[in-house]
Amino acid sequence: MQKLLLLGDEAIAQGAIDAGMSGAYGYPGTPSTEIIEYIQRNKLALERKIHNQWSANEKTAMEEALGMSWAGKRAIVTMKHVGLNVAADAFVNSAISGANGGLLVVVADDPSQHSSQNEQDSRFYGKFALVPVLEPSNQQEAYEMAYSGFELSERLGSPIIIRITTRIAHSRSSVYTREKLPQNQIRLPKNREQFILLPSISRQRYQVLVNDQIRFELESDESAYNIFYPGKDKSWGIIATGIAYNYVMENFPDGCSFPILKISQYPYPTKKIRDFVNSCDQILVVEEGFPYVEEGLVGIMGNPKIHGKLDGYLPRTGELNPNYLAKALGLEDAEGPAVPSVLAARPPAMCPGCGHMDVFRAVNVVTQKYGDIRSFSDIGCYTLGAYAPFNSIETCIDMGASITMAKGAADAGIHPAIAVIGDSTFTHSGMTGLLDAITENTRMVLIISDNSAAAMTGGQFSPAKEEQLEKICLGLGVHPDHVRTIKPLPKSHQDFVQMLQEEVDYDGISVIVARRECVRIIDRRMSEKAAAKKKSE
Amino acid sequence: MKKDIIIAGVGGQGILSIAATIGTAALIGQLNMKQSEVHGMAQRGGAVQSHLRLSSEPILSDLVTKGKADMILSMEPMEALRYLPYLGQNGWIVTNAKPYENISNYPPLEEIYSEIRKYKNHLIIDADEVAKELNTSKSANIVLVGAAAQKLGLDFNLLEAALRQIFIAKGEDVVQANLAALHAGQDIARG
Ligand SMILES: Cc1ncc(C[n+]2csc(CCOP(=O)(O)OP(=O)(O)O)c2C)c(N)n1
Repeated sequence: MQKLLLLGDEAIAQGAIDAGMSGAYGYPGTPSTEIIEYIQRNKLALERKIHNQWSANEKTAMEEALGMSWAGKRAIVTMKHVGLNVAADAFVNSAISGANGGLLVVVADDPSQHSSQNEQDSRFYGKFALVPVLEPSNQQEAYEMAYSGFELSERLGSPIIIRITTRIAHSRSSVYTREKLPQNQIRLPKNREQFILLPSISRQRYQVLVNDQIRFELESDESAYNIFYPGKDKSWGIIATGIAYNYVMENFPDGCSFPILKISQYPYPTKKIRDFVNSCDQILVVEEGFPYVEEGLVGIMGNPKIHGKLDGYLPRTGELNPNYLAKALGLEDAEGPAVPSVLAARPPAMCPGCGHMDVFRAVNVVTQKYGDIRSFSDIGCYTLGAYAPFNSIETCIDMGASITMAKGAADAGIHPAIAVIGDSTFTHSGMTGLLDAITENTRMVLIISDNSAAAMTGGQFSPAKEEQLEKICLGLGVHPDHVRTIKPLPKSHQDFVQMLQEEVDYDGISVIVARRECVRIIDRRMSEKAAAKKKSE
Repeated sequence: MKKDIIIAGVGGQGILSIAATIGTAALIGQLNMKQSEVHGMAQRGGAVQSHLRLSSEPILSDLVTKGKADMILSMEPMEALRYLPYLGQNGWIVTNAKPYENISNYPPLEEIYSEIRKYKNHLIIDADEVAKELNTSKSANIVLVGAAAQKLGLDFNLLEAALRQIFIAKGEDVVQANLAALHAGQDIARG
């Protein structure tokens, strides 16, 4: 046993490595990114040749992990909450096929939207797909759930979701590790038909899955993660899920006199919950994310003794904290001084020297001639082009939507329709949309602002290297005269404007690849070089 | 023993190394620790903070409770103000004096200082200048650690051991430079 200081993300990675995982798959996304990054650096993981390369997107990652599970080995797939939307088709169907080797779907939700375009609660995906969910309340539990999650997955024959949220993903604490288990050998599924979801088979599989819900719930009822803590004062009973438990207990340093039911494994244990609710006068349901358990308790008919996010005891949006719990329970709560009015907001911004800025400078000059419509954009560092002084972006919805929304707008008669997307986002979800524009030779311009990395999430590997982006566009069928490349720099501004104008004037689909490496990655490489030089001296 | 600290700054200013130094010291000293940090979008030059909690007892919440922080430790004066609601009644504000002006509407510096001076437990240090004088301009954050540790009553033996552990791979000269920065901060805080 070792004691390590780990982020929640890293604790999951370490737990999975120690439990004999053979493959980690994923696409970067805050707050999940550090899981795979840890596996990419970890000595044992490297020795064991555990798969650790980033995938093109969450769907490909999910399917790759499922393939490894089919072969009988243990795999995890990691993503942020919106990534599960992308992977949803594969994920929901993996519940029908079931898992062979242990399969953990680790999803990191981001309440308060620190780095996300929405709030989602992935526990609903568990319910939707009829798959068990584990929700750790601290780093040690995160480790344990990854470690024993594979065994649970293999025993139940089902993928398992491990649902975390920002504060556990990105909070560090000490973690005790367990014995390192060997990796599984290849062992094909006993039922060689179970992964063939033809209706005749999938109908049977779906029935199996529905029948299994009783087993899954029994598992939750007996789970060591779902704990009842008795209390003398039954005027309140508190149901707390995952990390929310900590915020409750923070208010009771000398122990809580109210009974508490902590839930960290789903489907939620209905019998345990029913007994608990019946034993207390009023119930406060405390959950990080959506009022999931609370809605189950209140139902359509309502229940006046249940309190939580639906009746305003706790805020409906954003993260919880200990202060909200103090207010909800009527405890003393004294915040510190108010923020003085001199304080100015400090939003994130593009880095000095970033090539994305040169892209927007050119976009602004050209689009200005036509009115005030700028560009349809996408998700990445370049989304910061929405802020002053650029104000260059009309839309940012989900990865890849710049291209397809520009196409829809062009179809509606908008001209010029300019899409701005990053290289990683293009290979994640942009290529298929481009194909639509090519099929109809839609009059629009796609600018791929290529900094050769997924910079927003910390500069991870981006699969299209060098000229590969141009080759992809040519291969998909963009006319060779209209696949153009430029290095976005202040000194090439005029050339860029002229090139963009020419393509705006062309009645069809064109692509401009604006390629200049991310300044942060250049900095990082320089300092790594300097450090290496220093070491060799 | 229980200390709740908010570490503040701008993305890229090295607040995670502050947290790592104090956190490592706590671990060497067998204290419990939780440290919540900001990754992702805000790191692009935005406001960032880390919640660092040390205790001889088990720690529950990853976040510091508003109104309970023993200290706001900031790499940047305006950022110190952003987290005032966390400050406890006798809590300290220890901040670098040097502004980081990456926004067009940065307020007049004197107004920021005068807001900070409203709190009796405050210390404004020109950590960049102190580090520069020591010829170790990258260690401004460790100067602040030294000052903070003095005010919080942390054990300097543990902090020295932590710096050694963190920087030893970069060479003994880097360790020594950081130890010097630590003690410079300590001396200033001692007054
Ligand atoms: C479905 C989905 N997966 C992942 C993310 C997280 N994410 C946001 S931006 C980004 C990287 C984008 O890289 P790129 O398009 O190359 O732009 P850059 O940040 O490098 O400018 C990632 C992974 C997300 N928002 N949505």
